[in-house]
This record gives sequence, structure tokens and C-alpha cells, in this order.
Amino acid sequence: MKVKNVNIDIALTHIFTRKKQTIVAALGVMLGIAVYLFMNSLSAGFTRYSTNEIFKNSAHIKLYKEDAISEPLIPSADTGQLNVIVNPQILQESKKLINPQALIQQLKQYPFITHAIAQVNVDVFYNNGKSQLTGTANGVDITAADAMFNITSYMLAGNLHDLQDNVNAIVIGKGIAEKLNLGLEDNITITSSQGVNKLLKIKGIFSTGNTFTDQSKSYVNIHTAQQFAKENTTYVTTIYANTNNSDRAIQYAKKIQPSMRYKVEAWQITNADVLSGNKVRSTLMGAISLSILIVAAFGIYNILNMTVMQKLNDIAILKATGFSKKDVITIFVTEAVIMGLLGSVAGLLMGAILIAIMANIYMGPPAGYFPIYFNATIFAYSFLLGALVTFCAGYIPALKAARIDPVEIFRK
Amino acid sequence: MSEKKAILRTEGIGKYFYTPVKFKVLDGISFEAYKGEFLTLVGKSGSGKSTLLYCLSTMDSDYEGKLYINEEQVTGKKADELAALRNNSIGFIFQFHYLLPEFSCLKNIMLPALKKQAYSYEEIETRAYEKLKLLGIEDQALKPASKLSGGQQQRVSIARALINDPDIIMCDEPTGNLDSKNTQIVFDTFKKITSELGQTIIAVTHDLDFAKASDRTIELADGKILTHNKTFQ
Ligand SMILES: Nc1ncnc2c1ncn2[C@@H]1O[C@H](COP(=O)(O)OP(=O)(O)OP(=O)(O)O)[C@@H](O)[C@H]1O
Ligand SMILES: [Mg+2]
Repeated sequence: MKVKNVNIDIALTHIFTRKKQTIVAALGVMLGIAVYLFMNSLSAGFTRYSTNEIFKNSAHIKLYKEDAISEPLIPSADTGQLNVIVNPQILQESKKLINPQALIQQLKQYPFITHAIAQVNVDVFYNNGKSQLTGTANGVDITAADAMFNITSYMLAGNLHDLQDNVNAIVIGKGIAEKLNLGLEDNITITSSQGVNKLLKIKGIFSTGNTFTDQSKSYVNIHTAQQFAKENTTYVTTIYANTNNSDRAIQYAKKIQPSMRYKVEAWQITNADVLSGNKVRSTLMGAISLSILIVAAFGIYNILNMTVMQKLNDIAILKATGFSKKDVITIFVTEAVIMGLLGSVAGLLMGAILIAIMANIYMGPPAGYFPIYFNATIFAYSFLLGALVTFCAGYIPALKAARIDPVEIFRK
Repeated sequence: MSEKKAILRTEGIGKYFYTPVKFKVLDGISFEAYKGEFLTLVGKSGSGKSTLLYCLSTMDSDYEGKLYINEEQVTGKKADELAALRNNSIGFIFQFHYLLPEFSCLKNIMLPALKKQAYSYEEIETRAYEKLKLLGIEDQALKPASKLSGGQQQRVSIARALINDPDIIMCDEPTGNLDSKNTQIVFDTFKKITSELGQTIIAVTHDLDFAKASDRTIELADGKILTHNKTFQ
């Protein structure tokens, strides 16, 4: 064998003359990396799944009128007069956003905003005969809403676009249809909290997979919703906007807020509970998989430590003939890195196979296929981490080897 | 006398060991070794011969006094500089041959030269073959080092000591494990190296015949130089 660098030459010779140990060490790393990759892909898959669930209902950014609280203290105008103290309470103000079209135009000025739509949400009762359910009717421009929430993808029956320009149509959640025993083209009586009654025709049924949503949510034409609220055609309660990067929604919301008199809220704030659940899960999985990887690295550490102990004479003679500390470190770190690289590549392959198998397991609706997927970042991250961990595992025994005093060895 | 060139010189080298009790193992060692000289160190067991050799070899830098190699002060240099100095200027031969068992004889000889990188791989290979030929074991070149007899292994380690054409070759009982025939081969090689190639040999030995036949012998007793017999002409 002819290798340019003598240190690498020696390292390779050690590796090739101890194939068994090399393979054992590499197998350890392989398992560690495979588990790390798999668990983190799983965790990312779950997170993506639950985020998608969130985006079925909420946009990246929501603009609405926040409830105002009355001032608890009204100070007197003049000295000598009484101050007025009242219990702070929510002011009964209209949730109306003033001039929604201008707001939407203003939002669309920002380069990161991709969609923005107006919506009228009204609390309603769904009635069929004596049965009654409470819920929220969402008045939307259905084409724009579909572009934003991709409602079509979870339609069970009917056609969403029948809502367009039809003030007598409604699309309801699967739970409402089941509880009230209603089907497509059936009529449903809706009563709004403002006391408006309407008979609407069911033009579609959707299923988001979330039982609560499916039992309470419906889509109607925006004008229908305005009539339910007893308001005119400029009445809008909420503006939803999507951005080019949902992860940056908080920063984007902060950027928009100063120019708006209404509350601008990012989806992460609205769904903090779900996100903190995700975070706990990712942290847990990350910690478990990292510990497995570290255990694997201990395999490399052990084997190299053994090699160093067995090769005291060789190391002494190398140092005697002019190999420096740095050379000795290079030799043993190279051995660790070779084991680590072999293990990492095999581990990535094994992880990829596991992911491919899991991704093909069908779990039934609403989740569909197991929520795991190939993510280049996680692959790169696993590989880098594997390289780093094996480097450290190799560096410690290498340092020990470099510190060997040849005189002590020759005296024995 | 004046044309003799000192290749190695010591000034009052002393050394202590602290375990189990503090004692002075070397005391005021001052001598010179000349270019082309075959110098032997003798003395009773425990007199400090090996300890002195390790100081001279630069592997042990924990001593008092000064060491010069090629008129350059070595004492006080950094570990990396010393490693480079050993690589360039000093060859080692030990009683136990200390070859790297996974490598062929040829590769064992080449390693210090591959580290030095003064020649290309092919040139180093050619030079390693020359050294093997000098020692009469070129037929063993490609065998793993662990598969050789003791005498053959010692000749491989001599070839390794010679590969970088060092100024000084240091040996600790190079013939301690060898029979008389192999001892003779080693001795003849040393003679050839010093007289023909002008390299210096400093060898610790217990073999008094071996010492007598060398150019000069220094005798140690209790860490001090007892006698300098024979002068190097
Ligand atoms: N690491 C050490 N710590 C303490 N004392 C030591 C150490 N190494 C050697 N000695 C002592 O130093 C003295 C000199 O030892 P050294 O090995 O130099 O002797 P030597 O002349 O080479 O003997 P031999 O002919 O048996 O090889 C001995 O008394 C030995 O016991
Ligand atoms: Mg000795």
C-alpha cells in the first residue's frame, strides 16, 4: 500500500490489520446514527403533521380587534373632586375592522406576505328538527380561502366552489353532518347569536381530522355571514395572511404591528400549547437519540483506548524516531474518523431504509401515512454530529498516546 | 587532535530520580563523541548507562547540564524541535528490536524517512533496499517484521536507524539478545558505518570483547565517568 501521508498510512494499516474491531466500532456508530436519524425524522414528521393540522384552521398571521379593557381608575379633573374606581371589564365594542380592503392592500405591500383574505366569523346554532349544535360559521371568499387553507384537500363530499356567489349554500364539518343526520343537498337551519335565522343548502362536507373542528365549523359565503351578524357588506372580523416562511411568522408579525391599529398575531402565539407539546417531544427524542449516539461513540473510544494500550511499544518507537505529538494524534484520530465515517455512512443508509419503511405504513384516516419523511437537513445534521462525536471519541485516546513517554516504555 | 570534529558534547550532565528516594543517578558527565567514532559505554548494572543514553538521545530532557549536537545546544529545545532533531540526526537501536509488527521489514525501515519527507516514496524505497543489502537481509524485505528471527530483526532495526543517514547512532545493548555469530555481524556493520560512512556510534554494552574492539570506551560507575580508556585516533 502506498499512501502519501505516513501518518494516514500507519492509521490505515492499523485499521486493516484489526478489521474485526473496526467493524465492531463502525457497527456501533451505524446503530447510533441510524437511531438518531430515524428518531429525529420521526419527530420532525410529527411536528410537520401537527403544524399542517394547525394550518388547516389558522393562517400564519391573524389580524383582529383585540378586546379592550376599561380603565380601572378615572382620575378627577380637578383636585378636591373624587376619583372614580371601577372594576376593569371587557368593553362591549364591535369586533369590526374598519376598511378591511385597505388593510388587505396594506398587508400585501409586504414582500413576505403571499396571501391575505378577509373573513367574517359568527357564532351560530346548527339546527335540524329538534337537534341543535353550536359552532362558528366562517364567511369567506371561498376561492381565496381555499388557496390559503387548502380546504379542497380535506373535502369528503360535494364541491367547495358552490359557495362562490351563492348566499344560500353552506359547507359543513363531518361531525355536524353526522350528529344532525344530514347529507349533501339537505337543508339546514342556522341561527346566529344575533338572532338571524336562515335556511341553507349543504353543498359540501369536510373532515379536518380534528373532532372539535369537524363538529363546529362551517364555511358560508362572506355575505351570508355578514347578514348573520346584521352588518353591512364592509363588515369583516378577521384578516388572515400567509407568509413565505411560516417559521418566521413571529418576526413578520412584529414588523407589521407598528403600522396597524389592530392586533397582529402570529400562529405560534395562537397555538402556543400545540407548539410547546411539539417542543417537549422533539427535545425528548433528541435527548434519547443523542445519548444512543454517545454510547456508540464510547465504542470507538474503547477500541482506540485498547489499541493505544496494545501499541505502547510502537508509539514509543515512532516518537523515538522523530514522530511528533501531532503526528501521533493524527494517526489515532484518523483511525477514529475512518471508523466513524464507515459507521455514519452505513447508519445514514440504515436510517433511510427505516424511514422509507415507516413512511409506507398506512395508519388510516385522518393521519394517512405515518408522518415521517426524508429531510436533507436532518441527514446532514446526523452526519455532522456523527463526525463530531467520533472525532471527540478518538481525540481523547489519541492525546493519551501522544503523551506517552518513550523512555518509560523502553526502560521496561 | 585538532582536526577531530565533536559531533556530540556534554557539559556536566546530572540527573536525579525521586522515587523511591531522591538520588543522583548521573553526576557531572562531560565528554565528547567525534565524527566517525565507534564509542562504547560500559559499567556495572545500575551505573546509569541507559539513563545517560536517554538523555543523549533527547528523549529525556529532564536533566541538568548541557548537551550539544553538531555544536548546537539541544538542552532547552521544545518537544517538536527535539522530535525533528531525532528524525534527522539520531538513529536508535535497542536490545529489544521494537519493530512495528503489522508492517513489512521494508516499511519499518522506511517509516522514519517517510516522516522526514526528504525524498519521494520511490527513492525512499530504493534507499531502504540499499540498507537491507548492506545488512545482508534484502531477501526478507517484504516479510512482516514479526516473522523474522531475532538476529534478522536486529539487522532490520539497524537498517531503520540508518535510513535518514543520521550523524549519530545510539544503541542500548544492541547485541544483548544475539548469539556470537549475529553479534559479529552487528559489530562488523558498526565498524563499516563508522569508518566508511563517517557516522558516529554510541553503544551501551555489557560485552567487554565488543567494547575492547571499539574505538573508545567510557566506563561509568555510580553515575560518574570512571575511565576513558583508549583514545580515538
Ligand atoms: N524511572 C526510574 N525511577 C527511579 N529510579 C530509576 C528509574 N530508572 C532507573 N532507575 C535507577 O537508576 C539507576 C540507573 O539505571 P540505568 O537503567 O541507567 O542503569 P544501567 O546502567 O543501564 O543498568 P543495566 O546495565 O542493568 O541496564 C538504577 O539504580 C535504577 O534502579
Ligand atoms: Mg540499561
